[in-house]
Amino acid sequence: MWAYATRRVLGAIPTLFIIITMTFFLMHVAPGGPFDAQRHLPPEIEHNIRAAYNLDKPVWQQYAIYLGRLAHGDLGPSYKNHDFTVTELIAVGLPVSARLGLSAILLAIFIGIGLGTVAALNQNKLTDYGVMGIAMIGITIPTFVTGPILTLFLGIYGLHLFGYDFFLPAGGWNGGALANMILPVTVLALPQIAVIARLVRGSMVEVLRSNYVRTARAKGLPSHIVVLRHALRAALLPVVSYLGPAIAGLLTGSLIVETIFGIPGIGRYFVEGAINRDYTLVMGVVICYAAFVIFLNLVADILYAVLDPRVRYSQ
Amino acid sequence: MPSTPKTASGRIFEIRDLDVRFDTQDGEVHAVKNIDFDISESECVGVVGESGSGKSQLFLATLGLLTANGKAAGSVKYRGQELLGLPDKRLNQVRGSKITMIFQDPLTSLTPHMTIGAQVMEALRTHQHVAYAEAERRCLEILDLVRIPEAKSRMRQYPYELSGGMRQRVMIAMATVCAPDLLIADEPTTALDVTVQAQILEIMRDLKKELKTAIVLISHDMGVIAGIADRVQVMRHGKIVESGKADDIFYAPRHDYTKALLDAMPRIDRPVRAGHAALRPLSTMDAEHKLLDVDDLKVYFPVRVDGFLLPRTKPLRAVDGVSFTLRQGETLGIVGESGCGKSTLARAVMRLIDKTDGTVVWRGRDLSGMQGADLQRLRKDLQIVFQDPLASLDPRMTIGQSIAEPLVSLKPELSAQEVREEVRNMMNRVGLDPNWLNRYPHEFSGGQNQRVGIARAMIVKPKLIVCDEAVSALDVSIQSQIVDLILNLQSEFGMSMIFISHDLSVVRQVAHRVMVLYLGRIVELADRNSIYEDPRHPYTKALISAVPLPDPKAERGKAHKALLGDLPSPLDSRAQLSFLKSKLIDDPDAEQYRPKLIEVATGHYVAEYDPQ
Amino acid sequence: MSAPGLANRNTVTLERALDIKGRSLWTDARRRLIQNKAAVASIVLLSLIALLAIFVPFFWPYSYAAIDYGAIGCAPDWWPDWNVPCHAGGWHVFGMDQNGRDLFIRVLYGARISLSVGLVATLVSLFIGVSYGAIAGFVGGTLDALMMRFVDVLYSLPYIFLVIVLMVVFNQNFFLLFVAIGAVEWLTMARIVRGQTLSIKQKEYIEAARAAGVGTLATIRRHVIPNVLGPVVVYVTLTIPTIILAESFLSFLGLGIQPPMTSWGVLIKDGADQMETAPWMLIFPALFMGVTLFCFNFIGDGLRDALDPKDR
Repeated sequence: MWAYATRRVLGAIPTLFIIITMTFFLMHVAPGGPFDAQRHLPPEIEHNIRAAYNLDKPVWQQYAIYLGRLAHGDLGPSYKNHDFTVTELIAVGLPVSARLGLSAILLAIFIGIGLGTVAALNQNKLTDYGVMGIAMIGITIPTFVTGPILTLFLGIYGLHLFGYDFFLPAGGWNGGALANMILPVTVLALPQIAVIARLVRGSMVEVLRSNYVRTARAKGLPSHIVVLRHALRAALLPVVSYLGPAIAGLLTGSLIVETIFGIPGIGRYFVEGAINRDYTLVMGVVICYAAFVIFLNLVADILYAVLDPRVRYSQ
Repeated sequence: MPSTPKTASGRIFEIRDLDVRFDTQDGEVHAVKNIDFDISESECVGVVGESGSGKSQLFLATLGLLTANGKAAGSVKYRGQELLGLPDKRLNQVRGSKITMIFQDPLTSLTPHMTIGAQVMEALRTHQHVAYAEAERRCLEILDLVRIPEAKSRMRQYPYELSGGMRQRVMIAMATVCAPDLLIADEPTTALDVTVQAQILEIMRDLKKELKTAIVLISHDMGVIAGIADRVQVMRHGKIVESGKADDIFYAPRHDYTKALLDAMPRIDRPVRAGHAALRPLSTMDAEHKLLDVDDLKVYFPVRVDGFLLPRTKPLRAVDGVSFTLRQGETLGIVGESGCGKSTLARAVMRLIDKTDGTVVWRGRDLSGMQGADLQRLRKDLQIVFQDPLASLDPRMTIGQSIAEPLVSLKPELSAQEVREEVRNMMNRVGLDPNWLNRYPHEFSGGQNQRVGIARAMIVKPKLIVCDEAVSALDVSIQSQIVDLILNLQSEFGMSMIFISHDLSVVRQVAHRVMVLYLGRIVELADRNSIYEDPRHPYTKALISAVPLPDPKAERGKAHKALLGDLPSPLDSRAQLSFLKSKLIDDPDAEQYRPKLIEVATGHYVAEYDPQ
Repeated sequence: MSAPGLANRNTVTLERALDIKGRSLWTDARRRLIQNKAAVASIVLLSLIALLAIFVPFFWPYSYAAIDYGAIGCAPDWWPDWNVPCHAGGWHVFGMDQNGRDLFIRVLYGARISLSVGLVATLVSLFIGVSYGAIAGFVGGTLDALMMRFVDVLYSLPYIFLVIVLMVVFNQNFFLLFVAIGAVEWLTMARIVRGQTLSIKQKEYIEAARAAGVGTLATIRRHVIPNVLGPVVVYVTLTIPTIILAESFLSFLGLGIQPPMTSWGVLIKDGADQMETAPWMLIFPALFMGVTLFCFNFIGDGLRDALDPKDR
């Protein structure tokens, strides 16, 4: 078991390395540099600025310098926000994005599994069709549609319930207050809830048809024990496999959600950095994201091995 | 035990007018048609039938275990209490404690992520309020009863860590831990090797004696039923066609179907069947003509075994030094249980897989170096019929195309018209209507698809055909027809055959000589009569003794010489010396002594063994 | 000649025994698909949208870039009078956008772009993915291990990020858009094809073909590819909506199609901005995109059920 985990961790390091390299060279291959959009500077000043940022050296050398700095945890200065280093920017934005993302994935997992199980237990009845219909909507309508629409109805028009008017804040982070988090987390989680619900329903239906569930029933076990102790664990395996792509999906979604709701997370930095050719910022964010994804994939693999004893031994 | 109500005649289970239907995509399937059935206390009833007879669905319905698209009607009474239509909560008081069921495939029937100890204890603690410590004790007791060695450590293992025989024992333990009145066993030994099957049947016989449980044994194998049943019911197409005492059914069957079934069943003590095709004896000219000469063939597979960071590989000795010859027109039967290497051997001979060492000489030419055109010519001489008729046919090709395929690649000079002629002729020969050329495999039954497989193998008129468990997946009556077909084809075309099977009864009917394999090595090689009348090696003896005879008196009188324990792992080098422990070095990785083959009589070879 | 074992099938199948022509798996699948009402309705609806998108622009009185300064931000004539600034006259059935362009024709042009990006990018990913997966699966061994390691590495990338970087770097080249998005999906396609190839490779009929003397290339052509097609087709119909979503996502960020040409993503972004004053600008493109995505999903599900029914 530990051997398996160690092997996976060791295998992840080259992956991270490749990602860093690829992104670096991709950014540098691009025509144009970070200072092109600014006012036309006299050649000597431009030359000095480029030297200060090491941009006049050959690409390979820049790469080596970058790696060296990286080993010390220094992600370099931000080219656009001259007063900050990338590390500082990320340190501010990362906790925000992390809170958003983590809440969303937890919400997605719990609601998704719940809905999927309910649908599977009522297979081909109205509840099943209802849940799957909602799931279909969640998958097909993009976040940048649901975001504005929900904001419109819950934030601007508001709900009139029990004689009170409920408004949710239409934007802003407000230091992570609960009211401000509800809308962005929900919008971010929706597509994943839908996918997970579908996955769980499909796999639960199959597991409920399996031979060992039949044995459990033949043993005279009450229904809820059959589902919770025997069926659920096996039915959850595809969800664990899906966690990796789910995280990737959430990261993509966070770009939109942070933009729409004006949340100061690192997703916004990424988009701005890409457009402004802020090399170091983009690099920093990509490395951050990649490290997260790799780490979470690792956690998912280990979780899979915990849930399914067969995997531990057959590697 | 508290006194439970029962009817005056001792009947505990009464089924009246049971009718089961399924709603499928192809329409309604009427699986069980108005059946009446009774079971009395402590009696064992055998239910015999082929696939589609409804024998399993009948009992699944009584316990409310039908799939969602199934509907049951009628009455099922357990000690006067109606079970059909009972809500789950009430039904759960009966099933699992008073009436229990075990299933065919123990691997998929046990929950993979729970330890076996947990699963057995769960069965106990759901129905009886016992403290944890007491439950554990009783669990160990029952595991001992079903002869699981080292029960205490086994309890913490997962199903996939156990062998097939062990798993089935766990299922039996789970089903008997609450001392049920009735145990329903649905094909419990079908997926197991012969020697393991014998062990399981013995356990069931003992349980019947000690716990006085009534047993319903469902099987397609009448031999299995003969050894344990008091009464027998024969089912066909959802109806009971005959029922009665075991002796009556086996010695004086009345219904035509029962007679046909008994006649079709291969019997190890009766190789020549009246009214069926007979094995064509070898002519003296054939006996001189040696076609195949295999010398010290070895096939090893490297298997990754878990090291800490870097996995190591150990060789899996699938075939470990096998030598034999085959003459023209002769059939060699290769017999053994799973993992003995019989299929690997055949494929290595046919060059479908690569050998590790040894020589194979076909008609005077060494096969190893053959490439290209030579190999193509070879393929014309060597053909193979596979075990699973449906899996060996490409579902997207018509059966005509499948049969024509070898002809098209190996005899490209033929025109399309000629090819079609040949295909139609061959279809006739094997008993298929030539007009079915354009049909697809999924439209046919297993038996018909196997005829397609045989036609495909025969169409290039090969000199040697390998039948790899060719009849094992078929129903008994179909099996009988296919065996007849194979024997007839051999009489007509005179080809040699290698007939691989785990079923000794069938092998005895079709082979001139029989070779018994154990973990990749020959333990005995003799002609068909000597091997059964004068077996020498203890493994051969155990194998023969384990085969159930459809003859109740013979079965009851048998001194069961069952092998103890499971088939050992082929990765453990000590395993091959199970019968020659005197020369054993106790290290799983050591290079062990190789038992020699001794000729005890003309043409009768036996591997060395310790006297028993 | 007896045919026991057919006993379980009902009389209809027995009557078919008299037919000469066989019933292939594709025929069975087609029959099951036609019985799936949702899938059939989706095919019809999708064809309708495609036909509208292809033909209507030829005779529609307004072009997608033409500006009518007198009708900026006007609602369609039939829109109820809830605080609308004006009503556009003429054939403006969906109203006007905030720049004074006809919304209906822009939605249809959006359909053209989104659907063609979906199709072309899917073809790109299909081509790369199928070749990659089939080779890795069939050749096996070290080559397979290497190829799949490469896929695993790329898979752990939040790939869309690289696409964004690409789009920025190459200045929103329209052609590159197709290729870049297609390159996102080929990974999953390769994995699926490889998985299928691996499972087919182990089937007995492949071994039978070898015993029959069929060469490697012929085996792939005759046995592997027809049996791999099923899941690939299903996945293709489910890839197209993913790609349309990816494209609209890029457009939303301003990295996709450039004005005045439009796609549904751009229209939805503009519509979201004007949501309070001109809700029709959001509703119609969102509706069209939503319906299209729904249809593809239903067709994909229907194909999956048709090609691989559970009871077989």
